[in-house]
Amino acid sequence: MEHVNPLTGFRVDGRRPNEMRQLRGEVGVVSRADGSALFEMGNTRVIAAVYGPREIQNRSQQVNLKEALVRCEYRMAEFSTGDRRRKPKGDRRSTEISLVIRQTMEASILTHLMPHSQIDIFVQVLQADGGTRSACINAATLALADAGIPMKDIVTSCSAGYLCSTPLLDLNYIEDSAGGPDVTVGILAKMDKVTLLQMDAKLPMDTFETVMELATEGCKAIATYIREVLLENTKQLECQRG
Amino acid sequence: MDERWFPTVNEREFIEQAFESGLRVDGRGPFDFRNLKIAFGREDGSAEVELGETRVMGYVTAQLVQPYKERPNEGTLAIFAEFSPMADPAYEPGRPGEAAIELGRVIDRGLRESRAVDLESLCVVAGKHVWSLRVDLHVLDNEGNLIDAANIAALAALSTFRRPECTVGGDDGQQLTIHDPDVREPLSLTIHHLPIAVTFAYFGDGNIMVVDPTFKEEAIMGGRMTVTVNSNTDVCSIQKAGGEGLMPSVVMQCLRIALLKAADITNEIKIKLSQG
Repeated sequence: MEHVNPLTGFRVDGRRPNEMRQLRGEVGVVSRADGSALFEMGNTRVIAAVYGPREIQNRSQQVNLKEALVRCEYRMAEFSTGDRRRKPKGDRRSTEISLVIRQTMEASILTHLMPHSQIDIFVQVLQADGGTRSACINAATLALADAGIPMKDIVTSCSAGYLCSTPLLDLNYIEDSAGGPDVTVGILAKMDKVTLLQMDAKLPMDTFETVMELATEGCKAIATYIREVLLENTKQLECQRG
Repeated sequence: MDERWFPTVNEREFIEQAFESGLRVDGRGPFDFRNLKIAFGREDGSAEVELGETRVMGYVTAQLVQPYKERPNEGTLAIFAEFSPMADPAYEPGRPGEAAIELGRVIDRGLRESRAVDLESLCVVAGKHVWSLRVDLHVLDNEGNLIDAANIAALAALSTFRRPECTVGGDDGQQLTIHDPDVREPLSLTIHHLPIAVTFAYFGDGNIMVVDPTFKEEAIMGGRMTVTVNSNTDVCSIQKAGGEGLMPSVVMQCLRIALLKAADITNEIKIKLSQG
């Protein structure tokens, strides 16, 4: 299948190779949660809710007394994908993604400021069209910021791939399942450091570098957008207070 | 009860100070692997790998199954990791924990998505019968860096595995015969390349890095990255799940170091295989 049109250079959904999908972020979508956010990357739609810092519910999970315990649960809704098969809770894929999201968020949360407490992050995929783990990390960042949890930087994530000898930014489901390489990068936006890096399939080293750079550029663009959303939200809060 | 081991303040400081002067507690240089030993079992498809004190056993088994609908002419390969409670006081019997799942998925991605094992040659009758390979990785002793040791165990076990030959015949051309290994020589798998996992541990602000961290180094590290590369300078998989941030230039430097290390390990596996 042609993933990049050889004549026009456009992708299956009409994007250019280095073009991202439409982003949309909304803060405060779950009323009972301390912080929540909805994040969309094209047709991928993710909702995140943050509870905490609150008292540790299960003492045996407490690992380090001087730091907050961060927990994360990633779930894909049954109706999020093309087939409506019921997915077992806690399968290997979602356990791994939960772990990845947790460790990525932990890297930016100032956990030492909140000892004896726990922070729960719940992310749910409502619509899956590729790049769910990136969307989840972006949603979690927004939700954590909404909850007012101290962070040293905002983490944003974006994926990139390599199909038809072209590096492609922000893969959708069709491109993702084409079997080509898929590089997911998560950066600490201000410090410009890579905290999350996942890749699969085979890629020569020089090509990997260009694909990773492209994904990093994507992360930076998302960071700019997330800052705008947060700033807009803060302005509205200010208006409400009068 | 959480039995996880925590380093004392003294131990932590000792290890960290050693890094600052370019030393490691066990006397290795920052980019040296521990001693690698590979022992093959009496049967095909089993291998035991010792990386320093870390010990992992790999075992490959095969079964004829119906293929997935999307890929009717490809066999399947699945990796299962089990952390035996004997290996570490923190491991509990029962369902695999997060770490075991992560290990399995990282090795799975390195092997399967890079198409290291030729799965099409495992097809017997398209859409009906294909071989399904199962790699079981048992951690017997945890002295750190389980991923690299388990990856080598998986590769060594897959390299020695042989499946019985089958032929399709009979009146309707659908009759499947599996030949006894004593009658017909079993067939080895086709392995295109050996993806080698190399794990880096980061300390400080990501300024200090070492390969092949020991258990104690893992307990105090700020972040970890596993890169899987092969001897054709292809990157097969990368796993860096959060932790201390790295400059992109450091990532590329790690990849180059990993390539050198992978070449050494590939050689070692090949030598061991030729010795049988």
